[in-house]
Amino acid sequence: MTAVLDVRNLDTRFATPDGEVHAVNDVSFHIDEGESVGIVGESGSGKTQIFLSIMGLLARNGRAGGEVHYRDKQLLGLPRRELNKFRGVTLSMIFQDPMTSLNPYLRISRQMTEVLVEHKGFDEAAARKRSIALLDRVGIPSAGQRFDLYPHEFSGGMRQRVMIAMALLCEPDLLIADEPTTALDVTIQAQILELLADLKRDFGTAIILITHDLGVVAGLCDRVMVMYAGRVVEKGPVRDIFYRPQHPYTLGLLNSMPRIDAQGASELAAIPGQPPNLQNLPQGCAYRDRCPYAFERCRVDDPALRPLDPAQWGAAREKACHLERLEGRRQEAPTLNGGVLA
Amino acid sequence: MIHTSAASDGLARVEEFEGRSLWQDARTRLFRNKAAVASMVVLGIIATMAVLAPYLSPHPYDELYWERIQAPPDFENAHWFGTDGNGRDLFVRTLYGARVSLLVGILATTVSLVIGVTYGAVAGFLGGRIDNLMMRFVDVMYSLPFMFFVILLMVIFGRNIFLIFVALGAVEWLTMARIVRGQTLSVKRKDFIEAAHAGGVSNTKIIFRHIIPNVLGPVIVYMTLTIPQVILTESFISFLGLGVQEPLTSWGVLIAEGARVMEQAPWMLIFPASFLALTLFAFNFIGDGLRDALDPKDR
Amino acid sequence: MSESLLSVRDLKVHFEVRVGGLFAGRYLPLKAVDGVSFELKAGETLGIVGESGCGKSTLGRAILRLIEPTGGRCVWLGEELSSLNAQAMRAKRQDMQIIFQDPLASLNPRMTVGEIIAEPLRTFAPGIGRDGMKARVKELMAKVGLLPQMINRYPHEFSGGQCQRIGIARAMVLDPKLIVCDEPVSALDVSIRAQIVNLLMRLQQEFGLSLLFISHDLSVVRHISHRIMVLYLGRVMEIADRESIYLHPRHPYTQALISAVPVPDPDKERAKRRLVLQGDLPSPLAPPSGCVFRTRCPKATGLCAEEIPVLEEDGTGNRHRVACHHWRE
Repeated sequence: MTAVLDVRNLDTRFATPDGEVHAVNDVSFHIDEGESVGIVGESGSGKTQIFLSIMGLLARNGRAGGEVHYRDKQLLGLPRRELNKFRGVTLSMIFQDPMTSLNPYLRISRQMTEVLVEHKGFDEAAARKRSIALLDRVGIPSAGQRFDLYPHEFSGGMRQRVMIAMALLCEPDLLIADEPTTALDVTIQAQILELLADLKRDFGTAIILITHDLGVVAGLCDRVMVMYAGRVVEKGPVRDIFYRPQHPYTLGLLNSMPRIDAQGASELAAIPGQPPNLQNLPQGCAYRDRCPYAFERCRVDDPALRPLDPAQWGAAREKACHLERLEGRRQEAPTLNGGVLA
Repeated sequence: MIHTSAASDGLARVEEFEGRSLWQDARTRLFRNKAAVASMVVLGIIATMAVLAPYLSPHPYDELYWERIQAPPDFENAHWFGTDGNGRDLFVRTLYGARVSLLVGILATTVSLVIGVTYGAVAGFLGGRIDNLMMRFVDVMYSLPFMFFVILLMVIFGRNIFLIFVALGAVEWLTMARIVRGQTLSVKRKDFIEAAHAGGVSNTKIIFRHIIPNVLGPVIVYMTLTIPQVILTESFISFLGLGVQEPLTSWGVLIAEGARVMEQAPWMLIFPASFLALTLFAFNFIGDGLRDALDPKDR
Repeated sequence: MSESLLSVRDLKVHFEVRVGGLFAGRYLPLKAVDGVSFELKAGETLGIVGESGCGKSTLGRAILRLIEPTGGRCVWLGEELSSLNAQAMRAKRQDMQIIFQDPLASLNPRMTVGEIIAEPLRTFAPGIGRDGMKARVKELMAKVGLLPQMINRYPHEFSGGQCQRIGIARAMVLDPKLIVCDEPVSALDVSIRAQIVNLLMRLQQEFGLSLLFISHDLSVVRHISHRIMVLYLGRVMEIADRESIYLHPRHPYTQALISAVPVPDPDKERAKRRLVLQGDLPSPLAPPSGCVFRTRCPKATGLCAEEIPVLEEDGTGNRHRVACHHWRE
């Protein structure tokens, strides 16, 4: 399987008046054609900064180092003009709030045809036709009539669909979706996730889904990467990560989430403490102050990401933890199978 | 029912950490701004010189030196800036001019502050029809030609320094009221105001405890930007010949005199004009610095 | 059978919104809350769920009269709230408090934490003096899990979760009977949500509090609530005990809502039978006639456009009520 995106040792730092913020700390991963990878983390985990670095969208005071290859092209450090040949064409990104990603002063028609004319050399008529076809494909009813409307004339869910359509105009190999459904109602979210799954199947686009919502990842992703304080703490196939998590943070997250299908109202197994201050990371493992399994070594040594024994754990399992084997199990609260959840 | 427990006595003995308020944060950010700090130093120097004017020069500000009328700068006789058309020492008159200009600037702005903040906060907080009425009044006042009124006042009541700053203050409060009203409207919507309502806090207390401290930021910035405007306006009035009474002087008066004899005695224009320009720059840089320091988006 | 603490009957909040151009404009009613009724007992948590535009936040505020209801009745401990004048209402606020969605925005940035928490004391119990207030504030800080030494710190020096704890402390300082929680954990990091949910549940246990827990997050609501009410465009679709509503959701909207929530369990999530609703939320300025849900409902018929369905018992004796013409099918 060819890797569409191959990231090695990505490191991003921000210079702020209060000190340096190490937002992305030695992150490596790859994504193959047609697969979907979920990047899970909370605020400050670095999950969004990774992709802003790759897409050249970092803030002015940010510096990214390392290697990022799209197929065999090195992306990091490319000048704007070169990078623009990839952005929106082979690598597309959509964001959480479609209202701020779409230009409120331009009609959707203009924003979409512009992309095709610029990047693919279409003429106006052909660009229009293709855009409307795509809007139709993403489920905008009466796309032809809606095509000349302004962004604010669409509802939130519709706008997100428009964003997805725009991102797919040039048939990219990779779609990076940053919290695409976080701002949407849950029934609209279900529609959008279903759309993404369909598109993945039909277009063969690789999808990177950045989110804090483990439920969304469980439904859509083939592989998962868990981030904490700028580092990758665990990586692996989705079922492995959910059913046999090997990093205390992953386990903590899974156990602390209230589940809609859970029974009983005992206390949630909350992770104690606060997420770390990126300007003032403790020595050793960043998670150690909240980790019930921490021991001496954790306070001194920052664990590197290492592969787990494939024989025992299956392929492509990695974690950044000093513990050999995490024995803690997922809280087996009896789950309900009745009603609509069957 | 409120009951304090015995356990809380033990809590009282633990040492309390000091907090770092937003004002302190802003002050730190302000002092990092080199232009603002330099401007504060320059202003400080000019203000000090203005206060110490009589001690900085051997010449009184209204003494006429017949032998040295309109004389260029002359270090032997301690006429560092030369003399004016009546033979008065320009250096000391520039400093006295500084007193008048700075005083008028600060006092007029303070008058506008007091009236403007109260008016704007009340209008913004009450909202609805009262707010509408109050702001339409401001709009009407705005459209009146202020210059004519000031000149009219000067002509009718004579050239009195107090009259000048009251007149100027009475005009500047309009913009201050608009700003404060706008800020009040946006602060009014914030959750902590709703929390105060939910907590049973009375309207008056909400205005004074919650709203006003949170609108002070832009008010302070606007103040520092109003002062140079007022000074400039006062200079303009003086330039027209309607400013302070002789022998008192202001920068505007000095500049007016200097402009008239610009070719023969350039020093009469250059010195007061430079002081005016420096002061205006300084206030503007400080105002900009304050705006950046107080703007929470920086974080 | 304990007495109802709060009894809400047919509560309505209608706003007049101006639509149209400069000259041809007119006023349309925005029916944010359109006839909501429910009971709340002491020590009970009622979860109020719904998506955007359902009116849940407006409902919470209308009960506290932070927004004035335009119709219906709100009876608190036997007293009709809307008939109280401003002063009498203010006195009632000692017993009914609120915590907000954005923890930092709900705190005055220019006041210290101590001053923020003490404010209700200054309003209602000024007689206990500075030392008394300080002691009470520290006691509450400890109760909600904050270090009492932080009493002189400012809100921006705390994290989101800690700010929410400050908000909770402020709400608790006068020993209220009811706290309206408006999306209290939605703006918090996932790992912090559980801490705050646990705190609220613990405080409820200890003090016998009643909670109105407003949220769009069904998983959290399910965990913390005893009973749950589902709203759509200002009307109640279904109201039932926690178990009842998740095991036997009767209303098509509730069914769709529950099935739409992603579960952090890959096998289950992928095997799930999804009831994906088509279409978008109608505008609250132009709600559909009859049943407001009918435009997205798989079971809608002509009857649904003509008659507004009434909340009726489902017959299981569980206080499970549904507003649907076709829920039996």
